[in-house]
Amino acid sequence: MVEELRLPLIGGRAEAGFPSPADDFIERSIDLNEQMVTNPIATFFVRASGHSMQGAGIHDGDLLVVDRSVLPKHGSVVIAIIDGGLTVKRLRKRDKQASLVPEPNESDQGSYTPIEVGLDTDAIIWGVVTWSVHNLQCTH
Amino acid sequence: MYALADCNNFYASCERVFEPLLEGKPLVVLSNNDGCVIARSQEAKDLGFKVGDPIFKFKDTVRQHNVIVRSSNFALYGDMSRRVMQTIRLFSPDVEVYSIDEAFIQLDGLRGRNYEEEMRQMRATILQWTGIPVSIGIGKTKTLAKLANHYAKQNSETSGVAKIPENPDEMLKTVDVGDIWGIGRQWSKKLRNMGVHTAFDLVKMDETRIRDSFNIIAMKTAMELRGCTYFKFEQSPEQRKTLLRSRSFAKPVTSWQELSEAIASHATRAAEKLRNEELVAKVLRVFFHTSLFNVADPRHSAHATVDFMSSTNITHTIIKEALRLAEPMYKKGFKYKRAGVYLLDLSSGSVQQSLFETQEEQVRDKQMMKVLDAVNTSMGKGTMHFASTGFTKVMSMRQMHKSPRYTTHWDELPTCICGL
Repeated sequence: MVEELRLPLIGGRAEAGFPSPADDFIERSIDLNEQMVTNPIATFFVRASGHSMQGAGIHDGDLLVVDRSVLPKHGSVVIAIIDGGLTVKRLRKRDKQASLVPEPNESDQGSYTPIEVGLDTDAIIWGVVTWSVHNLQCTH
Repeated sequence: MYALADCNNFYASCERVFEPLLEGKPLVVLSNNDGCVIARSQEAKDLGFKVGDPIFKFKDTVRQHNVIVRSSNFALYGDMSRRVMQTIRLFSPDVEVYSIDEAFIQLDGLRGRNYEEEMRQMRATILQWTGIPVSIGIGKTKTLAKLANHYAKQNSETSGVAKIPENPDEMLKTVDVGDIWGIGRQWSKKLRNMGVHTAFDLVKMDETRIRDSFNIIAMKTAMELRGCTYFKFEQSPEQRKTLLRSRSFAKPVTSWQELSEAIASHATRAAEKLRNEELVAKVLRVFFHTSLFNVADPRHSAHATVDFMSSTNITHTIIKEALRLAEPMYKKGFKYKRAGVYLLDLSSGSVQQSLFETQEEQVRDKQMMKVLDAVNTSMGKGTMHFASTGFTKVMSMRQMHKSPRYTTHWDELPTCICGL
């Protein structure tokens, strides 16, 4: 699914040719996928576009990890199909009603409106966003 | 007992997963050179599109009904196929990947006794995880599983899963003889002339008469409809469209040496099989992965797809490409459990052999001229053949409607809007 990003857990080799005492503990690298992709079969990467979810920590251009095998529940950030397009929203479930709520910065609140949906959200919810990857070097 | 899981309108479904706007609209997917229709959504089938239709002849229909036209996107279809097949393998270890969108499953080893219930759960899981709808047929033989699958597709009240009942007569009566696995157009025509119209009629026909009028394959097919197994795993009555050679390692493989040998041997056997069946392949996919079940060890799943310059069944070409794809993906320290080679977009035909690159280029250029000449003079059979034999230069000009490779390229990921 994705190229591995592998970071050595412990590294180092003695320069003079003596084995480092730490070498015995080098077993394997850690892989970001292990944290962020628990079910590779059902995991897709999606690029976020727009600002309506900044309150949830999703910025324009962020990489979203979407796991379709995770069941959406109250409070999940989800990819929802609205008017045939993929959108990101917070799922709120109350009583017998569910709604998809944008979560902009405080200053932008009011300019986005929640969308009421029925409780049967299977057809609307594409997948659950499990991680957002934000590049801090980016200029956006 | 066997089950056949078959993705509904697979290529169209793959396009729709990432572009839900296409839901409910007629959609056709074109061959590698944007020449003919190779796949259709249900709505396009209803408009009368057939596989093999040259798209230029249907310009008016396309415009009139707003038919969505897509170039084939094998990187996407291959990756989605892998996800579907891996999900199936979580339900049963005995899986024969029959084509890019179909797999036979041996059910006898399943823990749950209620096969139908188990397959319904599998169907729901595949749909949720991958977005791909599948139909599943269950029967005593592969031919019956295939028939039940057809029944499930035709009858919506089955909700996508159908099982051949204890007394199958009524179901067999509803299935046209031409829809039986392995009975082609020629045979069904001849059978109808003999008064055999349904699967039920064929079951009732004397088997020696079938063998004498047709051949041993037709007889085996009829016997399979009666519930006697003649086609085991990896055996079938029809020409294949894809070829998979893969195997789980007896013990986990960690070195590149061992892994590359396994891949090379799969490639060798795949090439032999191709030549044996007088087929050539256009697309090669190589994959290897760690155990799907063992969560204790670090996991790695690698796969890559490449188009051959021209369709081939030459062993050394396939090995070379397979290893070229695999080597950069190999990671030290992982316990690989399975590796394989998957050849897609198969067609019948021969290969232009050459020993040197320069010669090969000469041959290729010559053929390219032939293609252009053929296009300029007539749109006959030769055109189709040469075009589908494929040249990257020609193809890249003619992939006008390709969707992004959503799942295999960082710069082609689907976009989701944070707005409204």
